[in-house]
Amino acid sequence: MSSPARRFREKAQVLDETALDRALTRIAHEILERNGGATELAFVGLRTRGVTLAHRLAAKIAKIDGATLPVGTLDITLYRDDLAMRGTPVIRGTDIPFSIKGKTVVLVDDVLFTGRTIRAALDAIIDLGRPTAIQLATLIDRGHRELPIRPDYVGKNLPTSRRESVSVRLREHDGEDRVVIEEPEEV
Amino acid sequence: MGWTRKDLLAMRDLDASEILLLVDTAASLQEIATREIKKVPALRGKTVVNLFYEASTRTRTSFEIAGKWLSADVVNFAASGSSTAKGESFVDTAKNIAAMSPDVVVVRHSSSGAAALLARELPCSIVNAGDGTHEHPTQALLDLLTIREKKGHVEGLHVAIVGDIAHSRVARSNIHGMRKLGMTVTVAGPPTLIPPFVQELGVKVSHRLDDAIRDVDVIMMLRLQHERMAAGLIPSLREYSRYWGLSLDRLARHARPDVLIMHPGPVNRGVELSPEVADGPYSVILDQVAKGVAVRMGVLLLLAGSKGGNGA
Repeated sequence: MSSPARRFREKAQVLDETALDRALTRIAHEILERNGGATELAFVGLRTRGVTLAHRLAAKIAKIDGATLPVGTLDITLYRDDLAMRGTPVIRGTDIPFSIKGKTVVLVDDVLFTGRTIRAALDAIIDLGRPTAIQLATLIDRGHRELPIRPDYVGKNLPTSRRESVSVRLREHDGEDRVVIEEPEEV
Repeated sequence: MGWTRKDLLAMRDLDASEILLLVDTAASLQEIATREIKKVPALRGKTVVNLFYEASTRTRTSFEIAGKWLSADVVNFAASGSSTAKGESFVDTAKNIAAMSPDVVVVRHSSSGAAALLARELPCSIVNAGDGTHEHPTQALLDLLTIREKKGHVEGLHVAIVGDIAHSRVARSNIHGMRKLGMTVTVAGPPTLIPPFVQELGVKVSHRLDDAIRDVDVIMMLRLQHERMAAGLIPSLREYSRYWGLSLDRLARHARPDVLIMHPGPVNRGVELSPEVADGPYSVILDQVAKGVAVRMGVLLLLAGSKGGNGA
């Protein structure tokens, strides 16, 4: 992550509102196709925007299949490998009000980058019980993996440079639905 | 806004935003207690030493559990059975423990200022787990968390703290914390157990229990220590209990129906609290104990796990 002092400006729009919604619809269909329906499926979103995306995917599956899938919230702060390098840890809490034992858990995040967040999330989920399987859905895969982790469902593959930043903006948090690439402002 | 202190010594040192950061962090960590596997790796490789020169059940155990749930290595030191019995001084013992490179030392001592002394002498983070009649900040934090969860908020609430205010580090820490968060505090007790000039801390004073508990949201009863009687500060336990003991009858006649009864423990049943009140529907005494683990997890995490604390 960049230091907070660095400022970013928008370089290009990657997804607009329609494209973002289409990507989520396609992922919802792929989840149903891959798992042969919605039985024993559960969503776990990574705070903050992964949770919102997980709720949207669950709503789409409800529309397609009629199944109401549980959605949990995961805060991986306590599992980070760089906890002491990040200033004051902000703990907002994990809330998974259902048993994940025997379920196929679809982990949802907005941007997949180095894979370290997902590594922490896998540890956090397995500490809560033994799911049958864990799958990974991400809206944007921007590459630069540092760990052997790959997503099962991708909204858009987006080649980026490391100095750029990908910003997923969602109506619930940012008042708009779109994804943009940002680059640091030259001083 | 973040945590920048090396030590947690006193509620008096903290501003409202720091108190809220500690309470919020603790609130989010409570979920760990409900898990099947009660352990997260946040403080893996960190060492916490419990340095206790005074008897303690709740505080020492909850610091130990808190450290272990966060995956820190927790070492307990009790003054009896140690070199203290051979005459080693407090600072020498602490320096020897510090030489073993702990990240956090949790200290309880009968002398006021003991934790601050260690904070000056040692490079690691110090948590005050009670120093003499000075402060006991983690108790105040868990009391604030309990009140906020039960009442939904803390600002504007009125709390009566009843009993031996003069010798109570719990009362002092709570008065500072509650005033900073916008609460009204009344202290009540016999005049011999109310410290002079206590009004300067921004509290009201009452010398009648029936008046003190009227219209308050929370009643916090303090433990009456038996040595106060030997010192001539109260005539007898029986008389103290008659005038300052909280019974169901008294509650029903004078207190609000939604009042919370708190006590930092250990309870003298039949002295400051009747058993029916201690175990009754108003009592949140065991909630306080459960919150104690979450609060101590929050404190250890902010001190040992953040850049501002000792963790960097």
